[in-house]
Amino acid sequence: MSSPHQPPPPKGEAISVGAPTATANPPTAAQVIAGLRATTEGGDDLVQLLTPEGVRVHHPDFDIDVTAEDLCGLYRDMVLIRRADREANSLQRQGQLGIWVPLLGQEAAQIGAGRAMRPQDMAFPSYREHGIAWCRGIDPTALLGIFRGTDQGSWDPKETGFHLYTIVIGNQCLNAAGYAMGQRFDGKVGDADGEATIVFFGDGATSQGDVHEGMVWAAVYDSPLVFYCQNNQWAISEPLERQTRVPLYQRARGYGFPGIRVDGNDVLACLAVTRWALDECRTGNGPVLIEAFTYRMDAHTTSDDPTRYRLSDELEAWKLKDPIERVRVHLVREGMADQDFFDGVQAEADELAVRFRDFCVNMPDPGPERIFANVYAEESAPLAAQREEYLAYHEGLEPLAGSSVDAVAGGEH
Amino acid sequence: MAAPTIDRRAASQAADARPATQTVPLGKALNMGLRAAMERDPKVIVMGEDVGKLGGVFRITDGLQKDFGEQRVLDTPLAESGIIGTAIGLALRGFRPVCEIQFDGFVFPGFDQIVSQLAKMHYRSQGRLKVPVVVRIPFGGGIGAVEHHSESPESYFAHCAGLKVVACSNPADAYWMIQQAIACDDPVMFFEPKRRYWEKAELDPTATPDPLFSSRVIRPGTTATLAAYGPMVRTALDAATAAEEDGHSLEVIDLRSLSPLDLGPVFDSVRRTGHLVLVAEAAAESSITSEIAARVQQECFYSLEAPVLRVTGFDTPYPPSKCEEEYLPNLDRVLDAVDRSLAF
Repeated sequence: MSSPHQPPPPKGEAISVGAPTATANPPTAAQVIAGLRATTEGGDDLVQLLTPEGVRVHHPDFDIDVTAEDLCGLYRDMVLIRRADREANSLQRQGQLGIWVPLLGQEAAQIGAGRAMRPQDMAFPSYREHGIAWCRGIDPTALLGIFRGTDQGSWDPKETGFHLYTIVIGNQCLNAAGYAMGQRFDGKVGDADGEATIVFFGDGATSQGDVHEGMVWAAVYDSPLVFYCQNNQWAISEPLERQTRVPLYQRARGYGFPGIRVDGNDVLACLAVTRWALDECRTGNGPVLIEAFTYRMDAHTTSDDPTRYRLSDELEAWKLKDPIERVRVHLVREGMADQDFFDGVQAEADELAVRFRDFCVNMPDPGPERIFANVYAEESAPLAAQREEYLAYHEGLEPLAGSSVDAVAGGEH
Repeated sequence: MAAPTIDRRAASQAADARPATQTVPLGKALNMGLRAAMERDPKVIVMGEDVGKLGGVFRITDGLQKDFGEQRVLDTPLAESGIIGTAIGLALRGFRPVCEIQFDGFVFPGFDQIVSQLAKMHYRSQGRLKVPVVVRIPFGGGIGAVEHHSESPESYFAHCAGLKVVACSNPADAYWMIQQAIACDDPVMFFEPKRRYWEKAELDPTATPDPLFSSRVIRPGTTATLAAYGPMVRTALDAATAAEEDGHSLEVIDLRSLSPLDLGPVFDSVRRTGHLVLVAEAAAESSITSEIAARVQQECFYSLEAPVLRVTGFDTPYPPSKCEEEYLPNLDRVLDAVDRSLAF
């Protein structure tokens, strides 16, 4: 590998190009920020296999052999999950979802990572990982309940190898670190068919203590854990320079494991780097940090208004690096796919959207018993009594209830 | 109340190999209980700061790493969120982690993982994910310690749905309750009365334990009821002994389980005595004792001869240790409350 530990030479105009000497003054805060902004293009260490123009380039350490069929598959994945994502946005605007968390622009970062996983691997998502869910065989309709308010995650994490969405920022990094320790304790790490875990989080999460602690734990227990940071440049309204003074992938060095920055809009590079990282982990050489350098093309959530804090110029610049378009261009230019293929994927996307929408609007609301269900593996007597009391009260109501009841026990009446 | 799933048969089988009744300190009983649980189930692991070679700062895990290895007794990095957060991941993987939080006041860096993930995992997964994690916390004051080493944070956890909270008060309970907590499929916050670690009592490892989430009358009486848990059980018993000289027969209840509360024995007792004094080290406001007082007035309104009284720590931060004898409920304050109740 081309020394992923080495920081790229700073490009900011305020910083001299020559290597700083031991006697040089440390850079000022303004110079550091200028350096960070200079990494908007990802810097020299960015691993890229497919340029925004759809030109296949090669990398000395992370090259990958893909067939036309593989590429078409990745294209299809990205188109379909984008279609579901856009449909969900519309459903929110039409009042069918309480909120939606768009993944627009991050399709390559997710499909590349998701398709690098093997069945025995485990993923711990944040809450924007609709593309990873897709790769784990979870139908997009299974995501809807969270955002419609009918459940808090409807899939089986054990069957799918995809943990529930985690909304408290960074929590999942520790849960994943523990799970990965367990993989090692179970003797499932150490050969090419071993197991690995991958945890997803964003640039904002890197400021959380749990992410730091997760990296400490994973490092000292030699855990098979890939930390996959989708740096989409924005934590709601806060830009990257509010989170860090070094490019994020370089933080790995402080924990004692490799850190790699990959073009997060390049599905091939994400696939290649993640596959390598997972293999490192499953064979016992984990952990690894991957920074997928990407961009959140839409709002943080449907409740957000990015026009208040970022310029449309930035968005326009990133549109030119669209993750799907570069694959389409490549497929066409290389003659790997014909119009029938693209039409077919489009038709499939439209069918998915219709099915997705129908499913959403027909989801039944949970009954009041859902409030009390599964609080404990072994239900407690006081909670059972509270449930029975409320359900009996509810039974006696006219169809609409709504307000909570101040239950009064009548022990001696 | 729902019976906990301690495997009594397995427990007594494991106990068969042990000598019968012995006199041990509470800390040693916990050590024996942990050892029994680890012998019974290879998925039980112990993790925390200094729990390995050192055996924990209170030596509760003494010798366990030597006998079970570094993969089952983990000296963790020094971060409580990390301990709880990784224990959750290990539990999702099928392990049954027992986390040691070194002191009560150190649990708060792990509070987020406890209330956001540990407590809610079973609920949000609709029962698909079980996280049988035990969090052991030495709690309470009376040892002349510096700040953050003498707190009673149990009410925070009892307030949080999805957690179960228990407190042991004597060696026999310590031995059984830790094993029952480990066998429980729900997360259990396990509070240990640190100032009682060295107090000895008889332990019969062949006995049949009471269910984990049950309270118990430990001294019958007729004049008034004292209910306490953890370190204050000893104080309540001492008060009952002293009250005997004044002709008062105090019934003492060891609550043992703080969430869920098992208040049946308390209600029965109050219906007989008409007087209830609750004793706890924790501050009074919005606490376990507040909850019990509310429930007793709901259930025993016509039986009460006096308002429910509480003898607790004050609504202050834990004070400098030279003040702790006044801060902590003691025999005199308990008897004063009994007198006030009886004179009402």
